[in-house]
Amino acid sequence: MMKVVFERPKSMFPVPTHYCPGCGHGIVHRLLAEVIDEFGIRERVIGVAPVGCSVFLYNYINCDMYEAAHGRAPAIATGCKRVYPDLMLFTYQGDGDLASIGTAEIIHAANRGENITVLFLNNAIYGMTGGQMAPTTILGQRTTTCPLGRSPKREGYPIRIAEMLATLEGATYIARVAVHNPRAIIAAKKALKKAFEVQINGLGFSLVEFLSPCPTGWGISPAEATKWVEENMIPTFPVGEFKVPKSEKLVK
Amino acid sequence: MGEKVLITGNEAIGEAAVRAGCRFFFGYPITPQNKIPEYLSYRLPQVGGCFVQAESEIAAIYMVFGAAGAGARVLTSSSSPGISLKQEGISYISAAELPCVIVNVMRGGPGLGGILPSQSDYFQATKGGGHGDYHMLALAPSTVQEAANLVMDAFDLADKYCNPVIILADGYIGQMMEPVEFKEKPPIELPTKDWAVTGAKNRPRNLIKSLYLDPEELEQHNLKLHRKYVEMAKNEVRVEAYLTDDAEILIAAYGTVARIAKTAIKILREKGIKVGMVRPITVFPFPYETFAEISEKVDDILVVEMSLGQMIEDVKLGVCGRAKVHFYGRVGGMVPTYDEIVREIEKIKRSQV
Repeated sequence: MMKVVFERPKSMFPVPTHYCPGCGHGIVHRLLAEVIDEFGIRERVIGVAPVGCSVFLYNYINCDMYEAAHGRAPAIATGCKRVYPDLMLFTYQGDGDLASIGTAEIIHAANRGENITVLFLNNAIYGMTGGQMAPTTILGQRTTTCPLGRSPKREGYPIRIAEMLATLEGATYIARVAVHNPRAIIAAKKALKKAFEVQINGLGFSLVEFLSPCPTGWGISPAEATKWVEENMIPTFPVGEFKVPKSEKLVK
Repeated sequence: MGEKVLITGNEAIGEAAVRAGCRFFFGYPITPQNKIPEYLSYRLPQVGGCFVQAESEIAAIYMVFGAAGAGARVLTSSSSPGISLKQEGISYISAAELPCVIVNVMRGGPGLGGILPSQSDYFQATKGGGHGDYHMLALAPSTVQEAANLVMDAFDLADKYCNPVIILADGYIGQMMEPVEFKEKPPIELPTKDWAVTGAKNRPRNLIKSLYLDPEELEQHNLKLHRKYVEMAKNEVRVEAYLTDDAEILIAAYGTVARIAKTAIKILREKGIKVGMVRPITVFPFPYETFAEISEKVDDILVVEMSLGQMIEDVKLGVCGRAKVHFYGRVGGMVPTYDEIVREIEKIKRSQV
């Protein structure tokens, strides 16, 4: 008899995704579904999908979900959570969504200590609209709207969301991880699990920032993109935990 | 029941929402509606509800989106510049067909404008306001009592049509004190909120969205929304006809201006000029038919507004050339007086002979 050693998480619909080869979204979706399954919370988890490549998150994750306007997911999650404090709320947001148009919403949701979990996918570019400069585009990186490479004089600096939110008293758990190799992915899942556990225990706001490859937007191959995360993104956006709950009674 | 309390319109709006079963309020401070959030910030916790002062009107309207999507009765209030900020969210709420109530205590504009009463957001409230083809159901109170009644009705109407309802008040209605009685309403049968996101337990998951990339699908969605607006026009038009039976000249006014017009009508009738008034209570759907009928009987209609002429466009659509439509408006927080209205009617009267 054959033993099943690998299968699709139960919270994932059995459909192929629309993402480009080498994109990190599929990995983060899967981690999310695995964590939902492992906590057994699919029937009481509510997701808020953003505007951007991952607007169709709801086509892949099988739980009740909202589709938000650009940047507004934390406000929608707040509204739902205040009605049903026992439901588990997560938002899934890209860098344009969270770090540009939605900065007010994310800062204040964190500062209120809303008991929600935010998955923040940082790929240093606007993917859906065709590769424009993001607030997280790194210095020197060429995009369709900074064709000469991002220069601090013209375009300012990449914004470090995890570090910034970690300064807020309302935030409970803030981590940055990457999904460009298996080792990083294992660490990423651990962080995501911690983030959900913070919410399950009612400890407050949690956010995990995922550094994620976008080969199409960056104009390089998937293999080169994983290298680019390592060599260019991580030096700008160091991985690690920036804020952990005061009482570290979390799973290992 | 039957007890009257003397309170401001803003407080009456807040209390009426609580009596209608609203337990959630999300808002941001702006004059002249601050008494609504202030009142609800202590009132809602008393009844097990929740008040959140949001970081902006934009965040507030999306908190409304979240709470309405979870199936709760939810309110937000603001004043003109703040309502402009909410327009994006109102468009999304309309598209996603979520019931909620929005109060606009109108002040003068455009821009920061002023903080005194105005009716210059009529177009915004009745013609869509944000992007896309949609409408809110818009109710315009002319007394504090009516504001309370309409807020209570608004929650039922929102649930009935799965559509946002706006209370189009102005700074006078919000800040004026009048005796109010909160009348118990018999509960009416409303559709169940089986679309709400509450956790996908023992049912397929629910999804609240507004994106339809397939143009045929989006067209069908637009047509579905349109059918609701047609239904509203069929079932929900409210209008007060005041001394219209023997009227030779008609005034058309809503909200605060309508009550000023009533004083003018009294003076004019004492002078022997038979004037009546049609006061739209729903400004969307608009009582076009009332104006169509009445324009067969009078030659002249004077539209009075605290704007430079917004409702007049709907009056003209109803009248459709069957009567002369005149206009008098004051703006910027200036309010038409009954003397001014009397003078305008006398002008029309003189032109008739």
